[in-house]
Amino acid sequence: MNAWALTKRSLFYLAVVTIVVVSIFPFYYAIITSFATGTDLFRVQYWPHSITWSNYENVFITGHFFQNLLNSVIVATSVVLLALLLAVTASFALSRVRFRGRSLLLLTILAVSMFPQVAVLAGLFEVIRFFHLYNTLWALVFSYTIFVLPFTVWVLTTFMRDLPIEIEEAAIVDGATPWVIITKVFMPLMWPALVTTGLLAFIAAWNEFLFALTFTSSNTTRTVTVAIALITGASQHEIPWGSIMAASVVVTVPLVVLVLIFQRKIISGLTAGGVKG
Amino acid sequence: MATQATSTAASAVPYIKPHRSKLQASRLRAAALFLVPMLAALAIVAGWPLARSIYFGFTNATLDNLYTGAQLIGFDNYLSWITLPSGKVYYSGILVDPQWWNAVWNTLRFGITSVTLETILGMLVALVLNAEFKGRGIVRAAILVPWAIPTIVSAKMWAWMLNDQFGIVNNMLMHLGLIDSKIAWTVNPHTVMASIVVVDVWKTTPFMTLLILAGLQMIPRDIYEAAKIDGVHPLKVFWRVTLPLVRPALMVAVIFRLLDAMRIFDLVYVLTPNMPQTQTMSVLAQQNLFAFNNFGYGSAESTLLFLIIALMTILYIWLGRVNLGEGVQ
Repeated sequence: MNAWALTKRSLFYLAVVTIVVVSIFPFYYAIITSFATGTDLFRVQYWPHSITWSNYENVFITGHFFQNLLNSVIVATSVVLLALLLAVTASFALSRVRFRGRSLLLLTILAVSMFPQVAVLAGLFEVIRFFHLYNTLWALVFSYTIFVLPFTVWVLTTFMRDLPIEIEEAAIVDGATPWVIITKVFMPLMWPALVTTGLLAFIAAWNEFLFALTFTSSNTTRTVTVAIALITGASQHEIPWGSIMAASVVVTVPLVVLVLIFQRKIISGLTAGGVKG
Repeated sequence: MATQATSTAASAVPYIKPHRSKLQASRLRAAALFLVPMLAALAIVAGWPLARSIYFGFTNATLDNLYTGAQLIGFDNYLSWITLPSGKVYYSGILVDPQWWNAVWNTLRFGITSVTLETILGMLVALVLNAEFKGRGIVRAAILVPWAIPTIVSAKMWAWMLNDQFGIVNNMLMHLGLIDSKIAWTVNPHTVMASIVVVDVWKTTPFMTLLILAGLQMIPRDIYEAAKIDGVHPLKVFWRVTLPLVRPALMVAVIFRLLDAMRIFDLVYVLTPNMPQTQTMSVLAQQNLFAFNNFGYGSAESTLLFLIIALMTILYIWLGRVNLGEGVQ
């Protein structure tokens, strides 16, 4: 190996290391901070000096953080299940049955997912008040449908379109109705797609902020994102960074673990159709 | 949300006979039945609220009189004027509201800078990940971390790192000798926008990378081998081969990120609250709606934001069509 090739190789690995460090350093730093208390918190440290759990205890003892976590789980799970239920049958219609105006319908659904959320905020607020859902978790399940449903329909439609015709033809010959085809023939093949879509939708719902901020108003109905955003100290100069970082770590660790486990599926879900179109 | 899938799912459905058979009729009935719940759901969470938001934009509604007494005032929220006896004309409304134009300008500046940076960085990282090397799996896992972290959490994490007194960013820069006094990144009017852009780029470059990488991986390797044998310079290969071939995937990624950036709310709301230098259209509209009790005015602002984004989308589809036509010829 000559000198030039060696330099090139070193530069390449330098780039690789930079990418990894930049990607994970902020999260690493949040974890270090979450374990620091007292004066340690106000001394910049690149390595953890000591590990204490007091920030975590604080987060769970004061406030309603546990309730907020539970709220996020309930909202995200409900909206994902609801969206999948509506999307599976709709995607069958959109991918396997040919009818007039289908492309237009698909474009409309895509357009909904491009909506700026603020544009529907006033109208949604009115609808939510009308159904007496304001400051309940249902307000969030209801409003999150606007971005979870179009996304789910899109990904599942792309996936179902690629399922082999022969299976469906065989089922039709056997006298299966569309409902039977979906539940008995396609569903067993669709588990991977359902898991991916569900996971991506769950992450989107878990991370949502604008609707959660606007449609809930009490500590016990808030989701974790709003709870973290609203953690404040006694004054501007006493922001409890240790507790904020502890809460952040608690909220993020499950997501990071899920994402790392389902890495391949998530990447294929994110790019589904993106390059085919 | 940066997770929309895109494609034209409309093509490639074979098999139904041209004439209307009994089977086809029953399938159409089933399809209609399957579509109704989904469409009803979308109508009630998207269609109707959008229509009502637009309607509220033409009223003087406040949070207290939504049902009682909000009156239609035409286009007054957008533009109205009074002629004084002296002949002087006073204009008011969003179209002459400096705060609104400031927000428009901020949003555009943010969107264009951050998406440009994300595209360049995303391309670089994708090129690195497209090469074969030991530990590629680890790098791909690592870049997913910023994407997986909730925006609110990343805003808080960076707020702490960018803290003027105890932040690690100032500490690093001081040690490197790049700055000689501590900078209050998220409060200083000159650096707030840069802070927002940096955090957004950090958080969304992974999405860009993954979409570009998927495009890169569809390019057949033989092309590169042929170019290598012919002794073509790698940079030339990039401009002449890689970039044109990856362009469709790149364009999709760019437009999705751009539309997403135009509606940014949470990062600004949490990282730099109440800073006029970073106030975006979404933040301004939300505050008018729910914090300042200008429900009608805020609705009108959100309607304008909707129009701007709709216009961009239509423009994109239209441009896409034109390109498609040229490609066919």
